[in-house]
Order: sequence, then C-alpha cells, then structure tokens
Amino acid sequence: MKNILSRRFHEKLAETLLFIVSFLSAILFLMPTVLTITNSFMTETEITTNYGAMISNASSDKKAYIAKELNLKFIPDKVSFQQYSAVLFKNPDYLLKFWNSVILVVPITIFQILLASVTAYGFSRYRGKIREIIFFAYMILMLMPYQVTLVPNYLVSEWLGILGTRWSIVLPAIFSPFSVYLLTKIMRRIPKAYFEAAQLDGAGEFEIFWHICLPLCRSAMLSVGLLVFIDYWNMVEQPLILLKNEDMYPLSVFLSQINSGDVGLAFAVAVVYMIPALLLFLYGEEYLVEGITYSGGVKG
Amino acid sequence: MQENETKPIPRTHHKKNVKKWILEGLQHWSWLTPSLIGVLIFFIIPFGVVVYYSVLDNPIFSNFVGLENYAKLLKNEAFLRASRNTAIFSGIAVPLSVVLSLWMAFALNSNIPAKSWIRSCFLCPLMVPIASVVMVWQVIFHYHGTLNQITALFGAEPIDWLKTNWSYGVLTIMFLWKTLGYNMILFMSAIAGIPRDIVEVAELEGASGFYTFLHIKLRYLSPTILFVTILSVISSFKMFREVYLLTGDYPFQSMYLLQHFMNNTFNSLDYQKLSSAAVLLSLVMIVIIGILFIIEWKYGEDVEE
Repeated sequence: MKNILSRRFHEKLAETLLFIVSFLSAILFLMPTVLTITNSFMTETEITTNYGAMISNASSDKKAYIAKELNLKFIPDKVSFQQYSAVLFKNPDYLLKFWNSVILVVPITIFQILLASVTAYGFSRYRGKIREIIFFAYMILMLMPYQVTLVPNYLVSEWLGILGTRWSIVLPAIFSPFSVYLLTKIMRRIPKAYFEAAQLDGAGEFEIFWHICLPLCRSAMLSVGLLVFIDYWNMVEQPLILLKNEDMYPLSVFLSQINSGDVGLAFAVAVVYMIPALLLFLYGEEYLVEGITYSGGVKG
Repeated sequence: MQENETKPIPRTHHKKNVKKWILEGLQHWSWLTPSLIGVLIFFIIPFGVVVYYSVLDNPIFSNFVGLENYAKLLKNEAFLRASRNTAIFSGIAVPLSVVLSLWMAFALNSNIPAKSWIRSCFLCPLMVPIASVVMVWQVIFHYHGTLNQITALFGAEPIDWLKTNWSYGVLTIMFLWKTLGYNMILFMSAIAGIPRDIVEVAELEGASGFYTFLHIKLRYLSPTILFVTILSVISSFKMFREVYLLTGDYPFQSMYLLQHFMNNTFNSLDYQKLSSAAVLLSLVMIVIIGILFIIEWKYGEDVEE
C-alpha cells in the first residue's frame, strides 16, 4: 500500500515538473509574438530609445536620444496608437504593400494546392517504377534551397518575358513540388478499399477523386495550404530578384529592410502583417494538427 | 511528354485488351500531366541549361571547358567554407531538432493541464513574420543586448555573439526555436497513433521500457521521423533568410552559408561559378535523399499496413 502511494506521489511529482518545464518553454516560444504585439503600442520615441543602438549607425543624427544598451521591453510606458495611425492612415504605402502580398500569396496558395491535389492523386492512386522515379525527382526539387533554383527561375522568367512581373513569382510557385510531396504522402495512407469499393459501384476516376479522395484529405489540404501560405507570406528573396519595380514588393520585403529606417513603425507593421496568419491559425489550428498527422503517423 | 503517356506500368490483366490498356495509361498519366509540364518548364529544362552553363567558360563565347569550372570551384575558399558551414549546421541542427522534439513529444504526451494551450504556444513561431523575429533575436544577441546584460549580472565579460564562433550556437538556437514546436506536434499525433494493445502486450510479457521504445514505438514512428527530418532539412536551408536579415551579405565567417555564397555570386553575375555550385549541391542532395529514401523503403513501409 505504502509502495503504491509513494509511486503515485512520484508520478504526480514528475507530472508537475513536466508541466512547469513545458509551461516555461511554451512561454519562451510565445515571447516574440507577445513582444511584437505589446511593442506595437509604444510610441516611436520609446522604441528608438530602447532599440536604437541596433540601428545607430544608420541614423547618426538621432544619436542623442539613443541609449547605448538595448532594452528588451515588454510593457510600454504609455499605450499609444501612434504607430498604427502612421501605418494605417498617414501613409498608404504600407496598405499597398500589404495588398501586394495578398495578390501574390493567395493565388500561389490556392493554385498550388489545387494542382498538387490532382498530381498527388496521380502519384498515390497508381504506382509504378517511372512514377516512383518522377516522385523522387519531385522530392529532390522540393529539397533544393531557393538559391539553387534561383538561376533556372531567372532564366525562365526572362525567356517567357515575365521577368519583373508578378507572374515570375506566382507561376513557378504554383508548380512547387512541396505540397505535391506532402499530399501524396497523405493520400497514400487512404485505404485502397475505399477506392475499390467506389470503382465497383461504377464511379469514374474523377468522381472518386472528387467525392472520396478530396473529402478525406480536406484537413490535410487545409494544413498544407496553411504551411504554403505562411512560407510565401514571408518571402524575401524572390521579389528582390525577380521584381524590378519596388512598388510591387510585398510587405515582407519591406519588413526585412526596416532596420535601416523607420524602426519605430516596425512592430505595428509586423502586427498588421501577422493578422492574416493569426486568423488562419485560429481557424485552422485543429486542421494543422490533424491534417499532417494523417501523413506522418500510421493510419488508425 | 506524349511518348511517356503511352508507357504505363503493365498490369496483370493488360493482355485482354491493348486499347483499354493504353486508355488506362493515358488516364493515369493525365493526372500528372499539368504538374509535369510546369515542373519541366520551370525547373527541369532551366536546370539543364544551368548544367550546360557549368561546363562553359562564359555564356557569350561559349567555349566548352569541361569540368574546369568545377575544379576552380573546389579550390574556391569561400565556397569550401560555405559548404563546410552549411554541412555542419544542418548536420548538427537537424538531428538535434528531431531528437529533442521527439523527446518533448513523449514528455508532453502524459497528462498535464492546459495541454492544448501549450500546444498552441509551440505553434507560434510559425506565425510571426520572420523579420520581426529577427529583430527580437537582434535585441537579444547584440553586443549591447539582453543576453550580455544578463551574463553581466553574473560578472561575465560581454561576448559578441554574432561575430565570434558563438554564431553557430545562435544559428542553432534560432533554428530550434523555429522548428521544435511544429516537429513536436507532428510527433505527438504520431505517438497517439501507436496501437496501444501491442505496447501493452509487450509490457505484459516483461519487455523493458527501453525495449518497447526501440522496437515498437520507434518502429511505428519511423515514417514520421523520416518525414520530420525532411521537413527540418528544408527549414534548415531556409534559415538563410534569418541569417541574411540578421547580418546581411557578409556575416561572420562561421555563419557564411552556401546560400550566401550563391546569392553573392548571383549578384556578381558569375553564372559559371553559380551554375557549377548549383549542380554540385544538387548532386549532394540527390545522394542524401537517396539514402533517406532507401531507409524509408527498407524500414518504414512494412509497418504501414
């Protein structure tokens, strides 16, 4: 009896410790998000005072206000909407760049997922040597760092005469093999019996794809879509190389260059930029967890 | 393109009707055609051109020089350093992330309160724009930044984290912060999918915890492990974005990655150097993925059914 009690005590103790550790690490993971949000309510002067040392060489005329140390500060001295009013109302630039991001990323995500689901169906429903080799090639393409595909990308855009237009980013991105790989992995877990049963009932291939495969992969498609969206939402390299006109740059490029200038607005811009991702997460978190599970785990 | 479509894999009943067989093959390949065309135009053909460039001395006069560009590249100090840095970084960070996240997933799999909240927190790094995260990292690892202020409390000398060999550590921490949470969540759901009865039987028969872990749990998790490894390799290549935003074109030498090399070569319009580097990197990737593929094929497939 005593043995059991002490064992239960040990278990409880271990559980509590585990909770504390995971709680603390969760906070660590959460911190940059919270910091970005709270700092977006600081005034520009407060931000330059705290983080100015980081950019001091860029704006030497302001040096008088800048503390030498960098202060990681969570709570603003005074809650202010100065940054937001500057970003949202005073200068249409930011909203325009936001819109630039939207018209690049939304078509990329939608068409990449649609195309990938068709392709993945082809890869998962029929298997054969040639298709396995092609799938292997897709995997290799998927794992290539962007810098390797950079030159091919540039060359094609030049040939097709789309260099400098948004198409030069959108078109190659639609054919990106990443979601093909993920969706194929997921679709291969669907029990064959489902398809065979439908076939016996006289369903055509397209009907099987549309009425059986897609509904089963709904959450997977949403979660892959979420990953694709977030990846392209953060793109920096592609626009810098493929777009000539800075008016077309998405907000992510602007955000990445912010260190040089208006650091005081950086956090409000970041929060505005985070909103679509945040909303998608709130809506899709369950899918994100479930969807990929089906691919990774052994089917239940 | 078209010839490919008429060459499906022979099926057992194909002798009945050649016409039906061809139609079926067409049908099977038609699912892949749109994607294949796009991939061919945007990736494969231009990559062929890159290979072609890599054996020329310059694109205007186009003299064939064989492997000279490769030989030059393999003597290029910047290239060698960049490849070594990238290999070391990915070679350490990816396994570390996989092992740590697997361990965390097992730990978090027990009953702890507020589990779904904690899970959500771990997903946060996916959501924050990279540029803002980089700002936070900069504040922390700057010479006058938070970390040095904290260590100063204990009387330590300030360290320039980004401009000494510590930058490896910084890079790894940034990578772990970004990937651990999502990897852990993938593992957690895979762990939930391990059939309970098998584990219970093993335990009843007196198998040790270590034995069940190694021979049952790990075996069931192996597809996920491979999958997570592949995703982590991809994200390890994408860490260039962070490093680039943190330190620009020419970071401290231990942070100088292959992507820096390629980016800078691209900017200096040295296509020959760039093409041969791209081809070499692709060959290395093919070997690595080939190995992973074989492991999955030998180890993973048999537990799928």
